[in-house]
Amino acid sequence: MSSNTAVISVRDLVVGFGDVTVLDHATLDVFEGEILGFVGGSGAGKSVLLRTIIGLLPKRHGAIEVLGTDLAALGDRERRSIERRWGVLFQQGALFSSLTALQNVQFPMREYLDLSPRLIDEIALAKLEMVGLGADVRGKFPAELSGGMIKRVALARALALDPDIVFLDEPTSGLDPIGAAEFDQLIRTLQRTLGLSVFMVTHDLDSLHAVCDRIAVLSEGRVIATGSIETMLASEHPWLKSYFRGHRGRQIGRRLPH
Amino acid sequence: MSLVSLTAETEGERVALTATGAWTAERAAELERLVDEATRRHGNARSVDIDLAKLERLDTFGAWLIERLKRAFTVGGSTARVVGLSDPDRVLLDELRLVNQTPAPAAVAANRVLVALDSVGRAVADIGWSLMLLAQLLGALTAAMLRMIARPSRLRLTSIVHHLERVGWRAVPIILLSTFLIGAILAQQGIFRFRSIGMEIYVVDMVSVLVLREVGVLIVCVMVAGRSGSAYTAEIGAMKMREEIDALRTMGLDPIEVLVLPRIVALVIAVPLLTFLGSMAALYGAGLVCWLYGGMAPDIFLERLRAAIWLPTFEVGMIKAPFMALMIGLVACVEGFEVEGSTASLGLKTTASVVKSIFLVIALDGVFAVFFAGIGM
Repeated sequence: MSSNTAVISVRDLVVGFGDVTVLDHATLDVFEGEILGFVGGSGAGKSVLLRTIIGLLPKRHGAIEVLGTDLAALGDRERRSIERRWGVLFQQGALFSSLTALQNVQFPMREYLDLSPRLIDEIALAKLEMVGLGADVRGKFPAELSGGMIKRVALARALALDPDIVFLDEPTSGLDPIGAAEFDQLIRTLQRTLGLSVFMVTHDLDSLHAVCDRIAVLSEGRVIATGSIETMLASEHPWLKSYFRGHRGRQIGRRLPH
Repeated sequence: MSLVSLTAETEGERVALTATGAWTAERAAELERLVDEATRRHGNARSVDIDLAKLERLDTFGAWLIERLKRAFTVGGSTARVVGLSDPDRVLLDELRLVNQTPAPAAVAANRVLVALDSVGRAVADIGWSLMLLAQLLGALTAAMLRMIARPSRLRLTSIVHHLERVGWRAVPIILLSTFLIGAILAQQGIFRFRSIGMEIYVVDMVSVLVLREVGVLIVCVMVAGRSGSAYTAEIGAMKMREEIDALRTMGLDPIEVLVLPRIVALVIAVPLLTFLGSMAALYGAGLVCWLYGGMAPDIFLERLRAAIWLPTFEVGMIKAPFMALMIGLVACVEGFEVEGSTASLGLKTTASVVKSIFLVIALDGVFAVFFAGIGM
């Protein structure tokens, strides 16, 4: 499924706030058509890396290439044309609270594409259905939706412009295990259907097992390991051992076919 | 960008449509036109083949338009097939075959007269509703106050002092500045008009009575409503949006006692003090203008001031202040609790809080005017 072309390549990235250096020469690749799970302890800087890639935080040093272009070297216009090609699912959904679910999904389309109202309606409804939401949620405001629904609408909005890359920041946090498993499957299905490359920050060991092609581990500001779940389980690195083979990790590892 | 096209070859009642180019979001507007045109032109064909073998790219937008094209033919009674699909595209098209099967409910055209009547009715009901909420909160506040008096240890002194600093102490500079200017402007206008009839000395009467009875307290209340009332509404509203108020309740704490009481007590203490300071600043401004602009020596101004006002003039303004503070606080908190989930509602309620409290302060001032006239003050 995945090829060897890197859609995101991060080299020697240094990011910090004041005296604190959060990312210290981190290097990471995301390949075309893969789902990369990005793990690390709480506060290790996973979200910082994600936010730096999408340009919400400034970097101090290093290079970030997305879809083969160095974002730092781009003017506003070229930058926007790259930004159009990714979608971001924020941890809390970040839906616009004054717009309905349907309007939230339509928002990027209205901003970027010049389409007939009929087509915008149809595509937005199609996206909502693709993330498993029925017609009844279209007119609801975010405050009237459950946590799981908010994540789904946010995913539909992230997919609104048919991006090449999707960034997911803890997509299954706050969902019950059944909801989380369904969401994992949804990500997998959509990734296959739409040929997406997915960068997924997560803490959910189930997600890592179920959908991630590759896992990257962030610790002390660096990416200390990348590889499949089997590689992670076999590793002797103390942090990896306690993360993947600690009590919670072991229970899931047992379910893996050996 | 490459060209997109949808070309047709007709053989009797069979039509072969061939799609080329990148059928993606960027070209969707153009693609929609192509699809609509093909539907119109070949609507009576018995069987349609849609050949996608020459497509460069296909995304959801393009795939949906293919699906729409197919459905248009199927609805018209012809058979439509999609051929020449690559595997990934087939997955996408299969997915889209399932969507938008239930047509959107048609929007019901509303009767304008009914809509207008409806909004008037709702507005009236809203007024009644907000008066009821005000009364309710006043009741809850009184109950909390009585509980506080029964057990003074529950009084949140730290919180009251904190709010007192925010709404009182920090408001002093801006209140002083605005009331000083108001006093100065009133005096200047007075001198300008009264000079022509040679009665400049009565400017002191006019300004002092106006400032002490009405303007001082009103200006302070307007400033406080805009400055602190809005902040109260926004704070309580944001707490409600983030379920902090529910959290308080589940811990067995009364939001009225924890959030409302300290805020309103702080306002009731602060507004009379600010009114006093504001009135003094206004008189000072008036005196300064009388001296520098009107050529009235300060001792003459003070002499006249002593003759123009008596203690009740001052008392009228000061008695009104705490009641107006209570009104501002109540409105601000009621509106805060009325905030619902969206950010728009937060903005709406904050605006409503300021507008309503300023209006109610003015209305209350009218009631007080009648009352004081009645008791001869």
